[in-house]
Amino acid sequence: MDRLINKENVSRRMTGRILLNLIFKVLFLLATMFGLFVLGVLLYRIFTQGIGSLSMDFFTNFASRKPEEAGIKAALTGTIWLMGVVTPVTLILGVGTSLYLEEYAPKNKMTTFIQINISNLAGVPSIVFGLLGLTIFVRAFAMGQSVLAAGLTMSLLILPVIIVAGQEAIRGVPKDLRAASYAMGATKWQTIVRVVLPAAIPGIITGAILALSRAIGETAPLVVVGIPMFIAFLPKTIFDTFTVLPMQIYNWTSRPQEEFQAVAAAGIIVLMVLLISMNSVAVLIRNKFQKRY
Amino acid sequence: MRRFKFWALTAMVSGVVALSAACGSNEGDTNASSSNQLNGEIAIDGSSTVFPIMEAVSEEYMGVQPNVRVSVGASGTGGGFKKFIAGETDLTNASRPIKDEEKAELEKKGIDYTELKIAYDGISIVVNKENDFIDHLTVDELKQLWKDDNGKVKKWSDIRAEWPKEEIKFYSPGTDSGTYDYFNEVILEEEPIVSNATLSEDDNVLVQGVEGDKNAIGFFGFAYYAENKDKLKIVKVDNGSGAVEPTHETIKTGEYAPLSRPLYTYIANKAVADKEQVAGFAKFTIEHAGDLSEEVGYVSLPEEDYQTDLDKLKELEK
Repeated sequence: MDRLINKENVSRRMTGRILLNLIFKVLFLLATMFGLFVLGVLLYRIFTQGIGSLSMDFFTNFASRKPEEAGIKAALTGTIWLMGVVTPVTLILGVGTSLYLEEYAPKNKMTTFIQINISNLAGVPSIVFGLLGLTIFVRAFAMGQSVLAAGLTMSLLILPVIIVAGQEAIRGVPKDLRAASYAMGATKWQTIVRVVLPAAIPGIITGAILALSRAIGETAPLVVVGIPMFIAFLPKTIFDTFTVLPMQIYNWTSRPQEEFQAVAAAGIIVLMVLLISMNSVAVLIRNKFQKRY
Repeated sequence: MRRFKFWALTAMVSGVVALSAACGSNEGDTNASSSNQLNGEIAIDGSSTVFPIMEAVSEEYMGVQPNVRVSVGASGTGGGFKKFIAGETDLTNASRPIKDEEKAELEKKGIDYTELKIAYDGISIVVNKENDFIDHLTVDELKQLWKDDNGKVKKWSDIRAEWPKEEIKFYSPGTDSGTYDYFNEVILEEEPIVSNATLSEDDNVLVQGVEGDKNAIGFFGFAYYAENKDKLKIVKVDNGSGAVEPTHETIKTGEYAPLSRPLYTYIANKAVADKEQVAGFAKFTIEHAGDLSEEVGYVSLPEEDYQTDLDKLKELEK
């Protein structure tokens, strides 16, 4: 053994190696703390500023020029309506696409081309999707500034994310399970419905909820689509116009009166609680249904 | 287990749909029987500067006419005109008069419109609180300050020799805003703005910028100065007949020239003629714009200007 390990050499370098290890440990810890610290400061500011404006009235009042009467009734309802359009559209289209690409599509150049484009779409700035929505849904299809037009625009924005997440989940289902299903005489469709989807659903739903959270927080595409900032009625159908929480918050933060900053902070708290609860549901689903093969 | 997942998914989707439906249905159909109750929709967009006034007007109007559905956007003066030209809005707010190219496009589309003045704003020039050498600027000096000199770094001493030799930091509203357009027209006379200026669509960002930098200068609407008087120092503007500070009075009388500017809303003539609710809303706007604009931080017009607006409107209804 002594011949193989040069003990002298090892012990000479030992101090340096341990030190290097320590340096990186501290460096990575600082990197982690940096993000957390900024988040902490932000949360502290928002909560101390906004908590005073949070009351029942804040949820039941429409926006107002008087900060003390301003509320998020229209914005919160609008956000929920928007989700009502985006959720089914993205789930159906997204899961359908990822099933096709993973299970049915032949592995040729065309499929690779589609695949690359989907990944690229995920990186397109959201404002571009807004322009697309304005041109196609609002103008060409004459949907106007409706829940439907905005919902379809938002769906396009998050579809790439859902498709990619869905594909990952489907790909994660072991080949053996499929093979076993085929061996029992099941058709492709039966295999998908009874074997692949049940195993992939936790991954799909997690991806979908995270993507939906993004849609809830986005403002830029909606501004381009032309969603109004002030509205004092609620949509009755998906063809009515509406407003959403991020637009309302943006409206308040840009006002000169200091009091509106507090109202905006209260709006941010509501938006954040909404997002955090959605993300927690995603984590819960993942933990509960995740199976190891 | 598999069934459970299926139900979990279904429940999630239907839950969202049901929730949204439930939230929508509690909107009561209070159809008043009185004959002057109007209904229908009014679409408004345009300047974010005018937005607070229109928001206030709509809020009040819906108190009187609860069945009329008013929506107000804030796409900016230019963006608003684009929607107006596309025929998507009944009214469009503007913090500058309509441009010739916008007029031409409206004509091409056969859209007749009427310009209504609704309030005044005074573009306020501000510097840092610690700036003790500046008191007023002439219009020429303003131009010298803000126009681009091939990217040359500007010092205060370039403007007046006795001022410190320190680099000036510029804060200006974004190029999409009517405030920028107006300043560009009357002060810069369409020459490009200094290239190292910080541009922001959010005027609160400009306030913070000037507040935090000793050598900063910036401009924005009067309301943002009025709310931050203790944090900023106002610069008087001399247009040849003495230095004038923007105040409620000097803006209203037009003495604070050339930076006191009217705010407009443009209304489609056809909408007034065809839609009762739009005609009603326009009248309501003119009658209440004065008080409401004061309330949100702007300056009301002299009474006769509102009368002129009302006369214009009456012509349309004929």
